[in-house]
Amino acid sequence: MELTDHARALLDGASGKAMQLAVRLVVKAATIMGARMLRPISFAHLDACFYTGQAHVDFIRFLLENGAKLAVPTWTNNGVVSLADPTLRPSTEDPETVSGAAELMRLYAQLGCSPTWTCAPYQHAGGPKFGDHIAAGESNAVAYYNSVTGARTNKYGDYLDVACALTGLVPDAGLHRDENRKAQLHVDCTQLPEAWRGTDIFAHLAGHHVGRLSGRRVPVISGLPPDMGKDALKAISSAVASSGGVELWHGAGVTPEAPNLASIFSGTEVHHVSADDLARAHRDLSTTRDGPLDAVALGTPHFSLTEFETLVRLLDHRVVKPGLPFLVSTSRVVRSLAAEKGWIAALEKSGIEIPVDVCTYYSPRVRGLTGRVMTNAAKWAYYAPGMLNVEVAFGSLKECVESAVRGEVWRDPQLWISR
Amino acid sequence: MIRATVLNGAAAEGPVAVLDEPLSFWGAFDPKTGIILDVHHPQRGACLTGTVLLMQETRGSGSAPGAIAEAIRLGTAPAAIILGLADINLAIGADVALTLYGSTCAVLCVTAAELSALKRMARLRISAAGEITGETV
Repeated sequence: MELTDHARALLDGASGKAMQLAVRLVVKAATIMGARMLRPISFAHLDACFYTGQAHVDFIRFLLENGAKLAVPTWTNNGVVSLADPTLRPSTEDPETVSGAAELMRLYAQLGCSPTWTCAPYQHAGGPKFGDHIAAGESNAVAYYNSVTGARTNKYGDYLDVACALTGLVPDAGLHRDENRKAQLHVDCTQLPEAWRGTDIFAHLAGHHVGRLSGRRVPVISGLPPDMGKDALKAISSAVASSGGVELWHGAGVTPEAPNLASIFSGTEVHHVSADDLARAHRDLSTTRDGPLDAVALGTPHFSLTEFETLVRLLDHRVVKPGLPFLVSTSRVVRSLAAEKGWIAALEKSGIEIPVDVCTYYSPRVRGLTGRVMTNAAKWAYYAPGMLNVEVAFGSLKECVESAVRGEVWRDPQLWISR
Repeated sequence: MIRATVLNGAAAEGPVAVLDEPLSFWGAFDPKTGIILDVHHPQRGACLTGTVLLMQETRGSGSAPGAIAEAIRLGTAPAAIILGLADINLAIGADVALTLYGSTCAVLCVTAAELSALKRMARLRISAAGEITGETV
């Protein structure tokens, strides 16, 4: 493999043991991927700050003790705990995880990362732009950056993401290269009624279906509304990366690398999406019958400013049923922007809690999330039943709000979905 | 003798454990015990500690490096993992664990035909250079 003098010097230990390990990991990955060279990046978003065991803490400690320095601006994914609110995941349920997770987050901040603590970093100003090569690890962020922003990254797993950020280098392979960014299958939504395709629930259901069809391949979806908003694009990105292993998808006429279908797809595999496919996706994402509701969980990936605006409007000053936990996960940055508008105060008055730094679908469970939980997020619906042993009632944002006020699952008679 | 592609080199020896389906080391495997947790996996309940683990491929998870590193730290990891399809996550996790703890888990890659041949062995020995020899007993 071709290495620059700088990379070779790092490999020889010229900048200490931490940088030596980092470049060795990048070279190892590049060798396995068949890359001929390494490529510089301009940005990284780390997932290794999400605690999965003591080894994670030992790794960042080793780096800090051995002279590690970040080469590029580096932002952080969610932690397991909220540094802003330690009571959210009380240490009583799993003291080792809760204290380890907080320590891990402090150590990554010490390394010099911007402590964004969000799975939706693309909602923040100052991130990567079209054509930038970057390193990301969180599955929805990888899909969104590749597909919607048009930046280029592979899904870099734990430790390798940090190694890329320290060295400022990635393998010149996979989705960093033009030839691997073409669509391999076409998912056609043009036969569905146009009115359906503009609704918020459509993006989640279609994304779930497309992920199932694609596995780890690159799909192009046709028939998405040309003016599809960022929240719907986020929903598709997170859904295709949950039900499938999709790291890049295209929307013909919607996402930047697919001005039209022919420019991105020349294959033969075409799937026509039917009303039945979407109904099946809805059943897939719901594990329980409708009935009395125990909680509502929104904000997977993190709620955006426009989603807060919609939530405030749908709630219209009403309160959720007393005692019913209603959680909306977001980032500190978006929460403070929403607070300036008065929306956070309004939502809290309605009985809604807005945690930052975290997500709610993994354990230890927050705020007694148990029983029948409603969500509008395909990703939450996909993971929570396994992670938390809860039942999921999947629905539109409006259905979530109306159900929370009533205390039982309410279905929108106006909604097109046949269940 | 089979010469494998070395993803993470280490000498190792142990009884063969064959997985019929891909395993995600994060979520489907418990690093505290070395046991497969996933209720959908055909080898659920099997303990992988100290084995030479044979499987075609892993199920991708970005958290797999941390899980295998944690298993190596706790001494519950396989002695070696031999794959039919190269996997970056396991190679990275094993490399980091070696640096942090000085403990090894060899990660190797072989062809489909070689993997089938190895599955007939009861016990395998692996050199640091990736040479695999077996006993059928």
